[in-house]
Amino acid sequence: MKFLCLVALTAGLAAHGAVAQEFIIRGATVHTATAQGTLKNTDVVVRGGMIVAIGPDAGAANATIIDAKGKELTPGLFGGLTDIGLEEIAGEAQTVDSTVNFKSPGWDQQWRPELDVTSAYNPRSFVVPITRIEGVTWTVLAPSAEDSIMGGQGSAVVLDGRYDAALAGSRSLFVQMGSAGARMAGGTRAAEYMLLEQAIHEAHTAGPAGPGALLHAAGKEALARYLMGGRVVFQVDRAADILGVVRFAERQGMKPVILGGDEAWLVAKDLAKSSVPVILNPLNDLPIDFDRLAATLENAARLQRAGVRIAFSSGDTPQARLVRQLAGNAVAHGLPWESGLAAITSTPADIFGLGATHGRIAVGRSADLVLWNGDPLEVTTLADQVWIAGRPLDMKSRQTELRDRYLEKVKAHQAR
Amino acid sequence: MNMHSRVALLLSVAFFVYGASTLSAALGSEPFPSTYQAPASVPVLIQGATVLTGTGERLEGTDILIAEGRIQAIGKGLSAPAGARVVDARTKWVTPGIIDIHSHLGVYASPAVKGLDDGNEATSPVTSNVWAEHSIWPQDPGFELALEGGVTTLQILPGSANLIGGRSAVVKNVQAATYQAMKFPGAAYGLKMACGENPKRVYGEKHQAPSTRMGNVAGYRQAFADAQDYQQQWDKYQRELAEYGKKKAERADGTAKKPKDKDAAADKELTPPSPPKRDLKLETLAEVMKGNIRVHMHCYRSDEMATMLDVADEFGFKIVAFHHAVEAYKIADRLADKGVCAAMWADWWGFKMEAYDGVQENLPMVDFPEHSCAIVHSDSGDGIQRLNQEAAKAMAHGQRVGLTVPPERAIRWLTANPAKSLGLEDRIGTLEVGKAADVVIWNGSPFSVYALAEQVFIDGALKFDRAHPPLQPRSDFLLGRHIAEAPL
Repeated sequence: MKFLCLVALTAGLAAHGAVAQEFIIRGATVHTATAQGTLKNTDVVVRGGMIVAIGPDAGAANATIIDAKGKELTPGLFGGLTDIGLEEIAGEAQTVDSTVNFKSPGWDQQWRPELDVTSAYNPRSFVVPITRIEGVTWTVLAPSAEDSIMGGQGSAVVLDGRYDAALAGSRSLFVQMGSAGARMAGGTRAAEYMLLEQAIHEAHTAGPAGPGALLHAAGKEALARYLMGGRVVFQVDRAADILGVVRFAERQGMKPVILGGDEAWLVAKDLAKSSVPVILNPLNDLPIDFDRLAATLENAARLQRAGVRIAFSSGDTPQARLVRQLAGNAVAHGLPWESGLAAITSTPADIFGLGATHGRIAVGRSADLVLWNGDPLEVTTLADQVWIAGRPLDMKSRQTELRDRYLEKVKAHQAR
Repeated sequence: MNMHSRVALLLSVAFFVYGASTLSAALGSEPFPSTYQAPASVPVLIQGATVLTGTGERLEGTDILIAEGRIQAIGKGLSAPAGARVVDARTKWVTPGIIDIHSHLGVYASPAVKGLDDGNEATSPVTSNVWAEHSIWPQDPGFELALEGGVTTLQILPGSANLIGGRSAVVKNVQAATYQAMKFPGAAYGLKMACGENPKRVYGEKHQAPSTRMGNVAGYRQAFADAQDYQQQWDKYQRELAEYGKKKAERADGTAKKPKDKDAAADKELTPPSPPKRDLKLETLAEVMKGNIRVHMHCYRSDEMATMLDVADEFGFKIVAFHHAVEAYKIADRLADKGVCAAMWADWWGFKMEAYDGVQENLPMVDFPEHSCAIVHSDSGDGIQRLNQEAAKAMAHGQRVGLTVPPERAIRWLTANPAKSLGLEDRIGTLEVGKAADVVIWNGSPFSVYALAEQVFIDGALKFDRAHPPLQPRSDFLLGRHIAEAPL
């Protein structure tokens, strides 16, 4: 057996891009994000980019061994619903590919559910390495429209830099509801349902689109697919709107996911009963508008107690890496620690149809793993090593290079 | 309340505005005086805590005695005076109250509706005549959430649409129906200025100056050049007034030369000079050049900070702090040498071009040189609730590259250094005998995601208690929420 220190191993493997060989992460504290919970002093065996065994003294005799020395290992983290790879700098429109705006007037809206922003994803974005070296290995690309509530579709992508980054089965449709949607729907949130019903009627009606139609032929086909149990992510915060969306979606054959949900705790029992998951930012506690006067830091804990499946997302692209801080704060405000980890690993994987391949440390799952130097939900903890599909990532980014360029100059100055 | 400081400030402001001869008239004319009163309090003895004093010390198993609004004693085995409340803090950490020098609470309040959108007077690139305090809505629920995060003092700034955005207000984080009742007695005003993209974008889109960074700099310089001219007019007036007073006195006591016959008429013409018309924009800038108002400048890029240090030298004023100093790490030595603070986020980056070079080691890198002044600021109603976590993240990233910042030093980013930038270092920001008793008791080390402020004291009075809902302030705005939310 070869014992290598982590740094040497990383450098060697990264340089050669070795993925096929077997390696063992030995003696880790493994947070599985499964019913098994946390396994102490456990080995995780990786072969061909997959987790092939978990347990004590597992793995082949000739495998490379990484001594975790008891450090904590988690699944690669979910970065939330973001524009990673679709947006370099939010303030520079030419670098942003996440939003459509056909500038259609309100009385002649053009809805494009057939749009899938995944095709605009740039795996070479500087944001990708900056995000993944913090342990975030995947995100869901969330499109939006500036002139309608129909945002279009997006998929989960894996952040190892591959061009073909979309994860099969994760594609979802995105719809903006609540007061933000009302502004684009003609002024009242009631018009959101009116327009949705119009579009659904068009999708169910064969033949060419008539005058005043919302949808083109491709859009009718796209929307029709979601009316047969497809996953539709509704961004909505007000309790009454959440209930309205859930009932509407179920009536129309859609599988709803609530995004936002700042007031979801008020309707937690209904959400649990309907098995509708909520993707929330647990830090939202300001009554920033009249859709979320009931926002509270205890939203996550109250939803979890009621049996609602929750995942976390700040929606912030450059700061998607801070998803652990969302989870840690939710724990500080009453959420069990294991639920905090699940909300950034297994639950979002389940929500986006990836539960069988991603989001857990379990045999047969992709070896998307993070070894930490402490409690993974603690803000003072950093990732020591990240693997995606069994490949160890070079733990560098444009930011670490910027830092290193100026660090020596700073250290040369007289210290305090 | 510190009456001495307050009177000193009144004097300094009044002297310039009205001139020495009208000083007595000016006294008491501070136009929007603080009505803040230190809240009534009983003595409190905090026992056995881990204390981060803010002076760079960490004291284990230490007691702190608070009474009459001040820190009375720090040490071991202190005895409680009669009537004191005793807090068993053997598993707790105690720090000075957190100071956020970059907040828009009250001026960009929640809910963020048009009726409360009062943060940017974006109608002219130089609005040094506006004062943030006139926009503060004291019922912003953000204040009470910041209090739960241990924030006891805030500087409320106008936004950054303008080159010169207006005066800041320094407030105590107490619930009040008026901003005057929050206003930190005796605190100097700040002046908000802004570099870079925001002013040039806001005015460039209106097809007016500035539309470029060079236009920005021309704008600052012309404004201060105008203020120099304005100051000269007042100086001239004061000379003439002094001359007039002298002549009048000479005549009164008969020491004046006897007038010749042909000058007899001139005797009647001895009239006082007319004062120049007050210009509220230039008045503020002239006060800046006299050192009575402290410049806080929004500036992301290192090159623009260097430009502004030169502009400040040209007009003889001092910039006390660059805010949003995302690139401060590139000139950490220069900032330390100049004694200029850098107020930073832990890790914000990338949302606009001038924020593209953010690094997570900015705080520890800026903190490293001798005489440095690194500050954590929020610019956010969310971030202000967790400034301790911002510091914690920066500490971890510093540690990784060999810039270890222990808790007793890192706490200064949140307390002593911001106090220094406000000119209030003699009154708040550290736990020392005689200082204001702005104190936070935490459930453990504040540098953790699990840290919660359990009790927050302002001037010795318990203003927030996590275990006692009546001591959790709620703004007028959110009254009735529990009624609306009650289940059927």
